[in-house]
Amino acid sequence: MEIMKLVGAIMLLMGSFSLLISAIGLLRMPDVYNRVQTGTKASTLGAIVSFIGVGLYKYDAWSDGNWIGRVIILIIFILLTNPVSSHVLMRAAYFMKVPLSKLTKVDKLKEDIDNNVIKEPGNE
Amino acid sequence: MISPEMIVYIAVGIMTLAMLMAMVRFVKGPSVVDRVVAFDSLTISSLVIISVIAMLSNRMIYFDVAIVYGLLSFIGVIVVAKYIQKGL
Amino acid sequence: MKTKNLIVSFLVLMIAWLLLNWTIDPVNIVIGAAISLFLSVVFCSNCDLFTSINLTPKAFAYTFMYLVVFIVELIKANIDVTKRVLSPSLPINPGIVKVKTKLKSKMARLILADSITLTPGTFTLQVEGDTFYIHWINVDNEDVEKVTEELVAKFEKYLEVLYD
Repeated sequence: MEIMKLVGAIMLLMGSFSLLISAIGLLRMPDVYNRVQTGTKASTLGAIVSFIGVGLYKYDAWSDGNWIGRVIILIIFILLTNPVSSHVLMRAAYFMKVPLSKLTKVDKLKEDIDNNVIKEPGNE
Repeated sequence: MISPEMIVYIAVGIMTLAMLMAMVRFVKGPSVVDRVVAFDSLTISSLVIISVIAMLSNRMIYFDVAIVYGLLSFIGVIVVAKYIQKGL
Repeated sequence: MKTKNLIVSFLVLMIAWLLLNWTIDPVNIVIGAAISLFLSVVFCSNCDLFTSINLTPKAFAYTFMYLVVFIVELIKANIDVTKRVLSPSLPINPGIVKVKTKLKSKMARLILADSITLTPGTFTLQVEGDTFYIHWINVDNEDVEKVTEELVAKFEKYLEVLYD
């Protein structure tokens, strides 16, 4: 079954291109918020596709080893932790007032804080 | 004739290039948050590379290394975010 | 309510144990069941995280459909971000917009915020009650209803059925 190996290798190649594009975005984008948009989150799909590729490449070890279980655990793990960490990081960056880039059109959160619709979480 | 192994090696090369570019942002980054974002990106790339090494050298124990490494880096990012927002 | 909470957390822990061990040896399963029961009694007998999940056949079908919709959205958003990153003029248009959700339970709001964060191009910056503040890489209008229609409605109609 050479074809399974080929499919797995091609999925690895696609995932590595996705990781490369996210790294290019990390270099080119003008401020922290846009870097997160391309940097850590575009790489999530790349990592998932690569893990599926690894699982397909090792098709001959599906019966005895626990490869496929480990691969599924890693995919679920990345899907659960990645949004939480990027949300916490960006929330911290916003409230320690890392500046938004000049291209930013609208900031509804700042408007609402200025109009006292919501409270800014202080350093209590 | 292109064999699957060769495609895997090319993919690992591209991932290494991505890690180098993230490293540039890690060194250059104007603020702390930029560096943490670059660190997060480096973590994901190295998780994939660890799993590829486990696949090529046929040792399942390296997958456990990848799982524990991902967990520790998640906790590290959360701790840094909490720290820069209001101190430990 | 408390038994449902215990059952769901026990099932989650048990599935993780089976995936990590990948065996159907009876001794292994008994040990895993004992550890899962102990952990879910100690840590999850008082939390109310899983009480809003519907455990009906319709909910399982909607979970599957939600996963399909989510993966399609993920791939579409990735292609869009790839185009933006690779084009030389860097056509981005970022901004922070406000959406309102009609989901009530905490778990449904958590899943919705996670889905918004996982699709590239949008991430949830702050949650205040039913209002989400979202950083969006391509703001094309600022009106609350229109943005809600564009970003949230596609996930919301499935999550309404899953959690009450």
